[in-house]
Amino acid sequence: MYIATARQAPAAGGTGRIAANVLALGAVSLLTDISSEMVTAILPLYLVLGLGFSPLQFGVLDGIYTGVTALVRVVGGHAADRWQRRKLVAGLGYGISALGKLGLLAAGTSAGAMGLVLAGDRTGKGLRTAPRDALITLSSEPSALGRAFGVHRAMDTVGAFLGPLVAFCLLWTLPARYDVVFVVSFCFAAIGFLVLVLFVRDHRDVLPRVAVSLRSAFGLLRDPRFRRVCVVACGLGLLTLGDGFVYLLLQKKLDVEVAYIALLPLGTAGVYLLAAVPIGALADRVGRWRIFLAGHLALFGAYLMFVGVSGVFLLVGVLLLHGLFYACTDGVLMAVAGPMVPEELRTSGLALLQTGQVLARACSSVLFGALWTWLA
Amino acid sequence: MRILIVVAAVLVLGAGATAYALRTPEAVSVATEPGPVELSPGRLLFVDDVSGKLASVPLSSPGGPRRVSSLSCKRFYTAAQQGLCLADTTRPMPGSTAVFVDRELQEKRRVEVAGVPNRAKLSADGRMASWTTFVTGDSYSQPGTFSTRTGIFDTQTEEYASNIEGLRVEGRKMTNDMNYWGVTFTSDDRLFYATLGVGGKTYLIQADVVDKSAKALRENAECPSLSPDGKRVAFKKRVPGDGARPWREHVLDLSTMVETPLAETRGIDDQVVWLDNDTIAYGLPGEGIWAVPANGEGAPRQLVPHASSPSLVTG
Repeated sequence: MYIATARQAPAAGGTGRIAANVLALGAVSLLTDISSEMVTAILPLYLVLGLGFSPLQFGVLDGIYTGVTALVRVVGGHAADRWQRRKLVAGLGYGISALGKLGLLAAGTSAGAMGLVLAGDRTGKGLRTAPRDALITLSSEPSALGRAFGVHRAMDTVGAFLGPLVAFCLLWTLPARYDVVFVVSFCFAAIGFLVLVLFVRDHRDVLPRVAVSLRSAFGLLRDPRFRRVCVVACGLGLLTLGDGFVYLLLQKKLDVEVAYIALLPLGTAGVYLLAAVPIGALADRVGRWRIFLAGHLALFGAYLMFVGVSGVFLLVGVLLLHGLFYACTDGVLMAVAGPMVPEELRTSGLALLQTGQVLARACSSVLFGALWTWLA
Repeated sequence: MRILIVVAAVLVLGAGATAYALRTPEAVSVATEPGPVELSPGRLLFVDDVSGKLASVPLSSPGGPRRVSSLSCKRFYTAAQQGLCLADTTRPMPGSTAVFVDRELQEKRRVEVAGVPNRAKLSADGRMASWTTFVTGDSYSQPGTFSTRTGIFDTQTEEYASNIEGLRVEGRKMTNDMNYWGVTFTSDDRLFYATLGVGGKTYLIQADVVDKSAKALRENAECPSLSPDGKRVAFKKRVPGDGARPWREHVLDLSTMVETPLAETRGIDDQVVWLDNDTIAYGLPGEGIWAVPANGEGAPRQLVPHASSPSLVTG
């Protein structure tokens, strides 16, 4: 196994149990995801119907954020390690995003204010991911890390599932009351924040206070194993089509109404949700890196299906493989990388890896987007 | 103890959200009068913001009491005493219904359309109907953004193009990110003007519905609307500025290709209508329906408060 920890991981009651901290973080993610997916689901409708934004105007605001979150991720990860306060940095991220929901109400029709609020929301997301994943690795038995991440990601995905449902039910009963959706979204985020504050425990007491610098964070890349993980993950990220692209291809191939594209992610999420825990546990047994690579085989299998299969088999096959890809890679990669990084640099290391992956995928999205425009 | 705090927070936030949701919105009162809404000459038709229903006032006294129908529309347009109502049927998937009505607002036919309603227009003789909806999730790299879909329906031949993306635009390669919106037909029911959005820019195009060809006339022009005499086109032009509606309405003389900014400086996000050859009318969100001279002079004046999507029954 990839264990670099000299210490026994605390609080995990044997291999069979998931640490209370992981469950608490799962609950926080579930609530926060309900909150954020509620907004994501209705934001385009709100901007265009509620505020009268031009639909094409808003795309421009979108592109610049990837760079901002990448920077925030690295700085946040570094801050969490330097003061050994992962919970604080994660809490900051969750808090900013919660307040952002109220900011949506306050931004009104100003494109600038709206852009600022959305940038704040992404900043919050960028801040919290790495310290949260670091806390999961620090709270779990190293041998059962895959399963711990599986449980966390499954809970997270339940939230992503429920969010749009809650939002559309609200809009159905209270037509055009986007403000109510934002208020309810804020409530979910606030409860998530409260659960974090009350139930999640940091591990700053058990770690040595060492000098942590940005240099030492990037110095992690000198470790050949960690470097290999980063390089391979980013390389594969470059070959990964964005989700939107996969769904667009499906829609074109199946020739369904464009409006139904919105339902396709539910298929992926459903598979991910069901497979996350068993695949995490499997990864603990047969090797997490192997499962991570196998996940990409599943993804390429999905791409191949576009060539060879059609009809309902294509739909089911692609969504199944796409969901399996997420179950094999998202949490599993963190479970691979976590133990390779010394505990005092855990957040920085994971932030570095996540940032690389995000940037690689953004590149791939731009590349494939350009290809799509030119070839089609 | 910690559980109790969370439970208490859930209760408090739940109660707060419920109270917020049930809070009665500010009561808006508009004067109404009994009587049927019909497409009779001299009536200004519009969507009543209070009820979401189609309503009308006489153009001679637009600020007076309104008649409200039972027809729900997001956009409405009338020409030659025919009506086209684009209704929002999002339940919960975004969807629209284009409802054709006669002079008494009796439904003649309906067409189900994907996406949320945005524009609806009839040609001057009522034969050619067109509408634009927004569809989300149709973009490869930016999930959550919209693209437009524009349909054209010929009520005479019943020919229906649910999305006019197959136009051949002179001097342009056909690409996937071409979007069309805001159609306005000429009196021959064959040529029309519309907006082409591609690569972050917009163009005013003139197109032929029969041979599916088009040419771009100029850049930066959206939601064209042809004057009754067919000599000028009003459109919105993007100008620098913050806010949701960075547009200024302009009128282009098609013979000289000279454009004139209108006296309205608030951003108009609407496909304006012509009340006659000298005046246009438009809706401003939250501020009702306004009119302004089409020659760039004068000042805007309010016609109908708490209303949107105006159109005038002529003839």
